[in-house]
Amino acid sequence: MAMSDDNNHLQVSIWRGKSEGRFVTYRVPARDNQTVLDVVTWVQRHREPSLAYRFACRVGVCGSCAMTVNGRPRWTCRTHVRKVARDGRLSIEPLRNLPCIKDLVCDMTPFFDKWQRAGGRFKGAAGRGDPIPRLERSSPQRRAADAAIECINCAVCYSACDTVAWNPEYLGPAALNRAWTLINDVRHAEQDRILSVVARDGGCHACHTHGSCVEYCPVEINPAASIAGLKRHTLRRLFASGDS
Amino acid sequence: MNGVRGSQRHAGFAAFIIHRLSGVLLALFLPMHFLALGLALEGAGSLDGFLAFAELPWVKASEWGLVVLLSVHLTFGLRVLALEFLPWHSARKSWIGWGAGFAAAAGLLFVVAVR
Amino acid sequence: MEVRLFALQRLSAMFLAPLVMVHLGLILYAVGGGLTADEILARTQGNVGWALFYGVFVLAASVHAPIGVRNVLKEWTPWRKRSLDVAMLILAAALLAMGLRAVWAVIV
Repeated sequence: MAMSDDNNHLQVSIWRGKSEGRFVTYRVPARDNQTVLDVVTWVQRHREPSLAYRFACRVGVCGSCAMTVNGRPRWTCRTHVRKVARDGRLSIEPLRNLPCIKDLVCDMTPFFDKWQRAGGRFKGAAGRGDPIPRLERSSPQRRAADAAIECINCAVCYSACDTVAWNPEYLGPAALNRAWTLINDVRHAEQDRILSVVARDGGCHACHTHGSCVEYCPVEINPAASIAGLKRHTLRRLFASGDS
Repeated sequence: MNGVRGSQRHAGFAAFIIHRLSGVLLALFLPMHFLALGLALEGAGSLDGFLAFAELPWVKASEWGLVVLLSVHLTFGLRVLALEFLPWHSARKSWIGWGAGFAAAAGLLFVVAVR
Repeated sequence: MEVRLFALQRLSAMFLAPLVMVHLGLILYAVGGGLTADEILARTQGNVGWALFYGVFVLAASVHAPIGVRNVLKEWTPWRKRSLDVAMLILAAALLAMGLRAVWAVIV
């Protein structure tokens, strides 16, 4: 493989195809300030019109542009080329652990299926006529929920997680993190159902605390800590009532 | 396995792999350990015969390996227990360094002891 | 079942931690100057303390190891059906039997 021929160009290998496919290498002009998303956009505009990829906001708030860059899941609009390209080389693939639709676009359906399966849908018990519940902001439960609530479902953690890769049943860090926010939401009416779901095969106990989710979450959420919380809750329920 | 992925290049993952591999090796070793000790049922002579075999260099080296494996499995396991049951303030990555250091010290003590 | 296995795994780990530390200390002490059967048996024979210590050790290890091995097999091999659970139960029973026999061998 040719080394980068000068300091003005990058050698960028991009995945083309679906689950079967190959890496195609493009020679891309290097700029002083350049994100990986800029690189992908340049390739699509100037070299490969049929290259498929996702993006939306371009400014690091939506999570749509998540891809695998040099083996690590990242938001490409927030990844400066200078920080990740070694010897001017980049390798860009779709997110791991999700089916590939085309090129850099993955199918997020399994991710959202598991999100729902983990009990991620809020269900309130109060009705229209009931008084608005007062939430105590500084209560330990609300603080636990708030620490985990900013997840925007970008699937970077799901992609980083090796247990997701090894255990097809595993709900994954994002879904379990979401379940944790609802366990800590005093307004949620189905907490016991969540505990039953996360206590099953593929639930919170499948997590081995590798910590890749914490390492790579772009909004600094800590799914591993949330999952540890779920482990403690399920244990408490087991010892209190024998339910598993 | 197909090599270490980019996403796996962090201390937490290394700690997990070492913890898992040491556990598997210890689990494989355990039956042999129990059977060897069971030789005492046939009298001290039988156990001594085994212990003489245990003086062989490669056996001593394996014993050193087991001391290190057990120490590292213990310390990395304690970190997992801490992460799961104590309040999470950090990933406690320093525990990985201390744990590896403890295992190295145990290994060193073993070498000094058997010399 | 996963919660129960998790609970047993972590509980047995908490028991094993201090036992392993004592065992490591003992091994490092005992191997100095060579190890003979007489030395080992002089320490262990008829000793109720060591009998209890190693009895609990064997029990905890017989619970802890098969649950751990089950996780490894489920994640790194295609084997994940009910037969795996049965095999791990058999492994636990085998470790318990061999281990208690070894304790008996050095205590009695």
